[in-house]
Amino acid sequence: MIPAAFDYVRAGSAEEAISLIGEYGEDAKFIAGGHSLLPLMKLRLAQPTVLVDIGRISDLSYIRDAGDHIAIGAMTRHMDVETSPVLAEHAPLLAHAASHVGDPQVRHRGTIGGSIAHSDSASDLPATTLAMGATYVAQGPGGTREIAAADFFQGFLQTALAPDELLTEIRVPKMGGAGWSFQKFNRRAQDWAIVGVAAWRRNGESGVGLVNMGSTPILATSVSAALSSGASIAEAAELAAAEADPQNDLNASPEYRVHLAKVLVRRALEQASA
Amino acid sequence: MQIRVTVNGTAHDSDVEPRTLLVHYVREVLGLTGTNIGCDTSSCGACSLHLNGEAVKSCTVLAVQADGCEVTTIEGLAQNGEMHPMQKAFMENHALQCGYCTPGMVMAATSLLNENPNPTEEDVRLGLEGNLCRCTGYHNIVQAVLAAAGGR
Amino acid sequence: MTMTEPAASTVLGKRRLRKEDPALLTGEAKFTSDLNIPGALHLAVLRSPYAHARIRSVDVSAALQLPGVVAAYSGADLAPLWAGPMPCAWPVTADMKNPTHHPLAVSKAAYVGDGVACVLATSDAAARDALEAIEVDYEPLPAVVDLEDALSDRVVIHDELGTNRSYTWELKCEGADGQVERAFADAAYTVSEHYVHQRLIPMAMEPRAVAAVPQPFGGDITLYSSTQVPHILKVMTALTLGIPEHQMRVVAPAVGGGFGAKLNVYAEELLCTALARKHKVPVRWTEERTENTQATIHGRAQRQHIELAADADGKLTAVRVRLLADMGAYLQLVTPGIPLLGAFLYGGVYDLPVAYDFSCTSVFTTLTPTDAYRGAGRPEATYAIERAMDALADQIGIDPLELRRRNFIKKDQFPYTAMTGLVYDSGDHDAAATMAAELADYDGLRARQATQNVDGATKRLGIGVCSYFEMCGLAPSRVLASLNYSAGGWEAATVRVLPTNKIQVVTGTAPHGQGHETAWSMIVAEKMGVDPDDVDVLHSDTAIAPLGLDTYGSRSLPVGGVAIAMACDKVIDKAKKIAAHQLEANEDDLEFAGGTFSVKGTPDRSMPLAAVAFEAFTAHNLPDGLEPNLEAQVTYDPPNFSWPFGTHICVVEVDTETGDVDVLKYVAVDDCGNQVNPLIVEGQVHGGVIQGLAQALFEEAVFDEDGNPKTSTLAEYLVPAASDVPPITLGHTITPSPTNPLGVKGIGEAGTIGAAPAVINAIVDALSGLGVTDVPMPASPHTVWKTIHAAQSASSAQGVSK
Repeated sequence: MIPAAFDYVRAGSAEEAISLIGEYGEDAKFIAGGHSLLPLMKLRLAQPTVLVDIGRISDLSYIRDAGDHIAIGAMTRHMDVETSPVLAEHAPLLAHAASHVGDPQVRHRGTIGGSIAHSDSASDLPATTLAMGATYVAQGPGGTREIAAADFFQGFLQTALAPDELLTEIRVPKMGGAGWSFQKFNRRAQDWAIVGVAAWRRNGESGVGLVNMGSTPILATSVSAALSSGASIAEAAELAAAEADPQNDLNASPEYRVHLAKVLVRRALEQASA
Repeated sequence: MQIRVTVNGTAHDSDVEPRTLLVHYVREVLGLTGTNIGCDTSSCGACSLHLNGEAVKSCTVLAVQADGCEVTTIEGLAQNGEMHPMQKAFMENHALQCGYCTPGMVMAATSLLNENPNPTEEDVRLGLEGNLCRCTGYHNIVQAVLAAAGGR
Repeated sequence: MTMTEPAASTVLGKRRLRKEDPALLTGEAKFTSDLNIPGALHLAVLRSPYAHARIRSVDVSAALQLPGVVAAYSGADLAPLWAGPMPCAWPVTADMKNPTHHPLAVSKAAYVGDGVACVLATSDAAARDALEAIEVDYEPLPAVVDLEDALSDRVVIHDELGTNRSYTWELKCEGADGQVERAFADAAYTVSEHYVHQRLIPMAMEPRAVAAVPQPFGGDITLYSSTQVPHILKVMTALTLGIPEHQMRVVAPAVGGGFGAKLNVYAEELLCTALARKHKVPVRWTEERTENTQATIHGRAQRQHIELAADADGKLTAVRVRLLADMGAYLQLVTPGIPLLGAFLYGGVYDLPVAYDFSCTSVFTTLTPTDAYRGAGRPEATYAIERAMDALADQIGIDPLELRRRNFIKKDQFPYTAMTGLVYDSGDHDAAATMAAELADYDGLRARQATQNVDGATKRLGIGVCSYFEMCGLAPSRVLASLNYSAGGWEAATVRVLPTNKIQVVTGTAPHGQGHETAWSMIVAEKMGVDPDDVDVLHSDTAIAPLGLDTYGSRSLPVGGVAIAMACDKVIDKAKKIAAHQLEANEDDLEFAGGTFSVKGTPDRSMPLAAVAFEAFTAHNLPDGLEPNLEAQVTYDPPNFSWPFGTHICVVEVDTETGDVDVLKYVAVDDCGNQVNPLIVEGQVHGGVIQGLAQALFEEAVFDEDGNPKTSTLAEYLVPAASDVPPITLGHTITPSPTNPLGVKGIGEAGTIGAAPAVINAIVDALSGLGVTDVPMPASPHTVWKTIHAAQSASSAQGVSK
C-alpha cells in the first residue's frame, strides 16, 4: 500500500522531461496520470528511484482536427477522449473504447499516452489505436519521430520507445463514416477485458484489433485480408486468432480466449457492417 | 517536498514525502479521516474524493501530484450544517449499512451527476463501476442516486 | 412479570430512517484506523511466502538498524508472552485434533500469510519498510491444498497431530436401525449428487484494524478493534495473554462490515495488546487488503455428497449427506463448528419423517483458516438440498416448484419437530413460494422458455427456485452445550429511564452495519411510548456494556432485541408501582399506553412516564422498599432457535456461445416473522442476495498447487459492483415466531442462503436442453462454456452417428 521511497521532479515541458529522464537514468520513470504505475509501486512490484511527473505539461493535452487525422496530445485524459465532440465525429470508435477504460475515477486521471506507452496488451486503447492504423509521435533528445502503431508494440510491456523518449502525440486517421464496433468481454465492468475487439469497416477496408490476446495488442490482419478477398464475416471471424498467442489466467484458458475472439470478432464485424 | 493543497476550501501548506499518497495526506496530515482505504489496487473506490471537482481514487494519486489543486473530501460536502442532497438521498433510500464505502460512494455519485445530470438506472450502475460495497447489494444506492438526480 | 401488549404498533413495523446515517455519511464516524492515538507505535507483520515451510531461523537485526524502528521480534522471541494458545471455542468432538496456534509461528509456517515476525516502528511506512530487512531461513515443504490429498496424510501438516484429519462428526436420525438404508432400497427415485462449495473471502470493506492503549501505571488496557465480538474478544484476550479480565476493556468503534470474518480472535489483536503492555505505549495495526485476503479467515470450502430417496409421488423419504470440510491451517475461534451449523438443514424445508443421516469429516490444509462467513454452514446445506431437489425433479420429470410444493412442511404442521430433534417454530412455505412465483410470473416464464430454448438457440432462458430455512437466533445455551460449544447463547440488555425521560439502552449486541441503534430505539419507543429519537443505544464497549455475546448468526434481534423488550417490561412494572403509589390507586387498576399510566375507566387520573421517571430520580415519595431510579436488566436465553424462511426465484439468460450469464430478474420473498423496521429488513435481503449471487457467479479464493494465493487483491477476487448485478424484487410474508414476545426471527443471512442455489438452478435449467446437469460455482463464463462443451461432447460421444 505504501510505495518504496523515491525522489520526485516535475517537468514543465516535454524538453525538460526528456532532459530529466536522461539525467536520472534507467531507474527513473515518467509518471502521467499514474494509473498504471502507482498500483505497481504500491504493491512494490515497481520501485523506481525517481519519478518525473509529466502530468502538468498542459501543452500535451489537446484533441485537434489535423485534416486527414485527429491529433491527440499524450497527456489527454481518457475522460476527455471519451467526451470529445471532435472524436465523436471523426473517430467514434476511439471515444467509445475510452469510455470502457477502468472506471470514471480512473478515466479522470489516466491518460491516453500513459496507457499506450505502458502498452499493456490487456488495455483497451493500445489495441484500439492499433486497429485504427494510428501513428504515435515520440520526442527524444534528438527531436521527434513518428512510429506506426503496427511497429510500436514489441513485447510484453515493451515498446519501440527509447528510454529517453517521451510519447507526445497519438494520430488517428479519420474514420470517414466507417462502421465500427467495440466488444469488451469481462466479468466486472471495471476490469480489463478477458478478450476485447475493436473493429471498423468501410467499403473494402477494415481494421480489427484484439485486446488481451497475446503479450502485445494484436492486429488481426488475417481477418481483414479475408474480408477484402471476399470472405463472409463468419468465415473471416474464424481467422480471428491467427496472429494471436493468448495466455492462461484466472479468467480464461488460451482455448477459450481463441473461441471468444472468434465469436466477438464475428459480432463486431456484424455490428460494424449493419 | 513542499506542497500547497486547498482542501474543503482551506489552503494547506505541507511538507510531504514524495511517496505520500493523497489519501494518506488527507487522513494523516490533515486529520480528515472520512476518506477510507479499502484496497491497495485502485479497485474498491472507498478512497474516492474530488480533485479539481472530479472524483478520483486518492490511493492512486500522490499528494505531490495534487500540489496546487482543489480537493473536496466527504467532510467538505455538507454546507452550513446541512447535508448535501446526495447525502440526504443516501439516508432516505437506506443506501448505506456499515458506512465504510459510503464516503467514496457519495463522492463518486456526486461526480457522476455533475457529468450526467439525468442518468438512467443503467448509467448509474455503470457510473459506479469503480466503487465496491459489501452490504447493500447496490439496489438502494442506485435508487438514492436516481432520487438525487430527480431532486435537482 | 407481565408482558405489556400495546393495542396496535405505532412504531414497530414502520419504515424509519436510520439514526446511524448522518455520522457515517459525513465522515464524522470513527472507524478504528481513524482514531487519533498520540504516541502509538505501528505494528507490521512479516508473513510467510510459503504455504508450508519449516522456519530454520529468523534474523531481525538488520531491521532494528532502520530509521523509526523500535523493536522487531520473531515468533520465538514472543513465545513467553502467551499464557495460552490462540483460542478455538468449539471442540466439536472429544477427540478433535487441534494444533497449537500462536500469533506468530515459531517452528513452522502453515499457510501463505502466516505471521512469522513483526516490527514496531514510529510510522506505518517505517514498519513496513523494515519487514523487507528481516531475514528468514525457510525450508519449504510440500503444500496440501486438495481435501482428498489432505485426508490421505501424504503430507502431515502438524507433526504433533500425526494426521491432517481434525474430526468426524455424525448425526443419524432414524426410527429404527437401518431405516436410512431401507428408505434408499425402497425408493422409487434416488439422486446422488456431488457439489463443491468453493472457498470464499468474506471481504468486509473495512479491513481489520487494531489499537491497544495501555495504562502502564494504572494497569488497565483498552483494545480497540474492528470486531463483531468485543465481549468474546475481551474474555479470550484476557485468557490468552494472562491479563486479569477486569483490567481488560474492548471497544469496537464504527465497524465497516464483518460477515462473520470479524467473529474471531486474531493474531494482530493479541500482538498489539501484548506489545502495548510490554512496551508500555499504544500499539496499532491496520490491515492492508492483500493481508486481509490471506490472514483474515475464509469461508465455505466444503465438498458435499448428498443423496435423496423419494417415493413414487416424489415425496422425500430419506436424506444422506457426507461432507468433507476444509479447516485451513489452524482452528480459529469457531472453525470446526461451521459444518455443524448446517448439519440440521440438509433436509431443507421439507417434511422428512423417516430418516436422516449426516456425517462430516474435516481436514487441515496449508491454506488460510476457514471460519464463519455469512450464513456459516446454512448456505452450504441449503445449496446441497436445493440443487438436489432440482436433480430429483428432473429425474421424476416434474416442475421443480411443484416438487417443492409436494414436500413442503405444511403451515398447520408447525411447530414441527424435525428428525434432528429441532423444533421449527412457525412457517408457511407454500404462501412464500406462491408470492415469489407471482412476482416472477413463473408460469409466463415457463411458457416463454418453451418457445425460446429451441434447438440451436444461443440465448437460453433459465428459471431457478430455492426455498430455504434460516436457522438463526443463536442460540439456546443448552443446545449449544449439546454441540460442545464453549459459551452460551444468551444476550443481555439494560433499559434505563433518565430523570428527563430520555432513555438509555445498553445492549450486548455489537452492530457493524445492521442499524441496531435505530431498531433497538424503535423497540423501546413502542414499549415505553416515547419517540425513538429520545432513546440512546449504548453498545460495543465492554466498560459501558459489560455483558453480552455480540452479533453473529442473525441473533441480534431474536435474542438481543427480545432482551430489550423484556427489560422495558421490567421497567414498566417498576414504574407502575410508583405511579400507583402517586395516584393512590391499586397497581392492578392501572394501564400503561402511549407513555402514560392511567386508572382504568378514569382516564383523568393519570401520570405520564416522564413524571414517574422524575419521581424515581428524586426518590422523595416512593413506595416503601422500592429502590430509586428506573432501570432494569434482563439476560435472555432463548428457548429455541428461530426459523425465518422464504422462496427465491432467479431468471437468467445464458449466452451459450460465450458462457456469459445475464441475470434478468431476481425475486426474493422472505418471512422473518414480525418486522421491526422494514427498511432495514429490505437492506439486509438486498445485500445478502448479492453476496450469494456473487458466490454463484463471481467469487472464489484460488490457490495454485503450491498453496500460493492467486486472488489476493480486489483486482483478482471479483467482488461485483453495481454495474455487474441486477436489481432485486422483494416480497414479504409475515409469520410471527411463537417463541418470543416480539414474534421476530432474524434476517441477516437469509439472502445469502437463498441466492446461490437459485442462481445455479437457473443456469442449469437454462442449459438442461444441452445435456448439462450441473455447473460448478462460480459459474464464470469460462466455466459455463467448458460445462456446455463437456456436456455436448458427452452427448455426441453417446450418439449413434459419432
